Amino acid sequence: MMKNMDNKRIITALLSVVVISALIYLVQRLVAPKYADDIVEGGMVSEYYDEKDKDFDVIFIGDCEVYENFSPVTLWENYGINSYIRGSAEQYIFQSYYMLEDTLRYDKPKVVVFNIQSLQFDESRSEAYNRMTIDGMKWSKAKLGCINASMTDEEHLIEYIFPILRFHSRWNELTPADVEYMFRRKRVTHNGYYMRVDALPAGDMPPVKPLGDYSFGDRAWEYLDKIRTCCEDNDIELLLIKAPSLYPYWYPEWDEQVRDYADMYGLKYINFLDETDVIGIDYNTDTYDGGLHMNLSGAEKCADYIGSVLTGEYGVPDRRGDKALSAIWQGKITAYNDEISLQKEQYGIE
Amino acid sequence: MLFTSYGFIGSVLILFVLYYTIPKRLRPALLLIFSLIIYGMADVRYLIYIGISVVTVWYAALGIEKNNKTIKDYIKQHKTEMSATERKAYKKLKGRKSLLFFLAGLFINLGILAVVKYSGFVVSGIWHILSSGTDGVPKIPDMLVPLGISFYTFQSLGYLIDVYRENIDAEHSLPRYALFITFFPQLVQGPINRYEDLAPTLLTPHDADFNVISRGLQRILWGYFKKLVIADRLLMGVTTLIGDTSLYRGGYVLVMMLFYTLELYADFTGGIDITIGIAETLGISMKENFIRPYLSTSLADYWRRWHISMCSWFRDYVFYPVSTSNASIRLSKWARKHISDSAGGKLPVYLSSFVVWACTGIWHGASLNFLVWGLLNFLVLTISEELSPLYDRFHKRFLFSESFPYHVFMILRTFVLICVLNLFDCFTDVRDTLGLLGSIFTRGSFSSMEKGALLGIGLGVSDYVIAVIALIAVLTVSIIEEKYDSSIRDMIRRRPYVFRFAIWTCLFLATIIFGVYGIGYDSSQFIYNRF
Repeated sequence: MMKNMDNKRIITALLSVVVISALIYLVQRLVAPKYADDIVEGGMVSEYYDEKDKDFDVIFIGDCEVYENFSPVTLWENYGINSYIRGSAEQYIFQSYYMLEDTLRYDKPKVVVFNIQSLQFDESRSEAYNRMTIDGMKWSKAKLGCINASMTDEEHLIEYIFPILRFHSRWNELTPADVEYMFRRKRVTHNGYYMRVDALPAGDMPPVKPLGDYSFGDRAWEYLDKIRTCCEDNDIELLLIKAPSLYPYWYPEWDEQVRDYADMYGLKYINFLDETDVIGIDYNTDTYDGGLHMNLSGAEKCADYIGSVLTGEYGVPDRRGDKALSAIWQGKITAYNDEISLQKEQYGIE
Repeated sequence: MLFTSYGFIGSVLILFVLYYTIPKRLRPALLLIFSLIIYGMADVRYLIYIGISVVTVWYAALGIEKNNKTIKDYIKQHKTEMSATERKAYKKLKGRKSLLFFLAGLFINLGILAVVKYSGFVVSGIWHILSSGTDGVPKIPDMLVPLGISFYTFQSLGYLIDVYRENIDAEHSLPRYALFITFFPQLVQGPINRYEDLAPTLLTPHDADFNVISRGLQRILWGYFKKLVIADRLLMGVTTLIGDTSLYRGGYVLVMMLFYTLELYADFTGGIDITIGIAETLGISMKENFIRPYLSTSLADYWRRWHISMCSWFRDYVFYPVSTSNASIRLSKWARKHISDSAGGKLPVYLSSFVVWACTGIWHGASLNFLVWGLLNFLVLTISEELSPLYDRFHKRFLFSESFPYHVFMILRTFVLICVLNLFDCFTDVRDTLGLLGSIFTRGSFSSMEKGALLGIGLGVSDYVIAVIALIAVLTVSIIEEKYDSSIRDMIRRRPYVFRFAIWTCLFLATIIFGVYGIGYDSSQFIYNRF
């Protein structure tokens, strides 16, 4: 009799824990930002895990200067390069390192293309950007490392483990999208590429402010070293780039430090700002926000240019002969073209 | 470490697991170590202050007990040889040593409290009395004020006085006594526990009791609900209103008083719920510190229900000694002779009451506003006492005074009075407080409060909705408990499991979702931490 009572008590307690956990989970899903209709950049990182075949030959890693400036569809169509961009808004260099570690859990690419814009930041500047990068990562040692490397003073690890503790206050700003995307994601990129078809010519940029010290911080260098050694340890070629964004201003002193670093370790470094004529970038038609980021036209040109480098200098294979992969890409190309049509309609472009 | 910090909650969870996995005899040691770590994490220098307090009081109490025992033993041995007068004389003579121990313990601890907390107040007060202007007040160097020093000093002195009065035996073990003083949940905002209340469960091994643990967790949850959903939400409005008194005058002052009074209640009682709840989960009993104070029908009733441990401390250790002191007795005799018998009976009481309220005010803070607040309480209580015959006649004549509506009127009347008195908590300059109170009655005082004005003080519509719903929940619980004179937890416990589960789960989710915490909100200290 007593034993039955005890068993009943234990079962009741376990059931209670399960119900409470389920309720918390549901509420957590509800209040967590969906990044579906606004600030879509927050939804980019998680899309990688939805890829059925993660056997990518080229992985781009970096911030908006990669996810808005290179079109993987063009790389596939023109060179048969199977690539993916693992980037998010203001992705700091230490986050890029852990993004690389995370990627290596699924795939060992031949080349990693890293945009060195983030070398200028030694620490996270904003919790919101941390969230946009980290929340989408699947739980792993890499994510834990990324959190610890990124947290600002006001953040706590527990709030990443239980996002409800961070986002509970969103209860009064919930929209229908929060319900709609509680258990599914709205796809916002094409292999990590964020598309914009509209154009806004580059105009006057803010005046260039001289800096007191042009040296990159020790922590930024430390993580660039980590990215490099991680690539070396995994027999991955590392290609450093600076995308052709006109702003934030890329100082020649910064460029020189990156060149010296690349020379020291025998890495290739391409500053796209120096190659705009070769690439054929027209800042009147190839940017959608006045020169900060490329639009579709600019991103396809940049992709075409880097495709020739990846094929010619790194021997990245043309995999268009792979029927299964081609079939996957065909679906992606269709979605890509559909969005082009949709956006052209949206922006009134013929 | 704040009760609302993740670090604190995590630490307590770890403690809880450890506490119930180690042998029972080791639990007090674990609690002591944990308490010292938690306290030391706020500032390691605090440990020096509290260490001095613990050692001096413990040693003084032992000295008192030992001396008293020597006296008793001597008298016992020489009972036949000594007359009653001789015994009394011997006690008086040898009792001086006990008095010496007592005074040493008292003055060292009160001295530390006075120096770290009140030296600036005293110096500026003397300066204002002796000089005509406010310029040139000597600057007292900023001193480290240990967290909860008022609480642990009073708890220590209560113990010392009880030992001196031979109400309790002294604790012979220093670690056990140290645990009584430093037990972490009570350390920074009370309650001010008595040794005879706390020691039996704190220092004696006991088994885990699922029901007691469960009750403790429920109490903690209720405390967090009050603190995070109500107090910290209203705090956003209170901070805005108090922050700009040139703008927020007139009608805003009413809102300020109301919000502050509600916030103070939710903050302090919430904190005490967490304190008592944590103790309960560890199988340790603490006395209640509040009995639904805002359902009081008079100010005297309120002070029997609010911060009970502090009020009883002042009653037992200040009021009674002062009212039975030689000076009071002489005053009483004088009044009987020169005024009336009634005055002879009342004067010592009022004198003691005056001292108690002045001390209570100063205990709350080293500034004039708290002294004024204390003396205003004294004034209202004294006037009420003097008018009590009139009230009695009124109640006898008008039977409606026994009715429910009149009862509600008395509660509201008392609540309004508390709101007004609480305003003196908010501003150190008493003139500011009086000016704000006066602004309510000036012409056009409500004209500044245009439609939607209350949405401009840091609270949105949703905040008001949540605060009102939560306050209704708290009020409902208070009314039910008042009506049935029983804890709501016990009432819920008698209900079917599904009902209980639904209630506590809803409360938990409400606290998690609607609580004001995390990024975007300023983490706010418990108000009583500063004492």
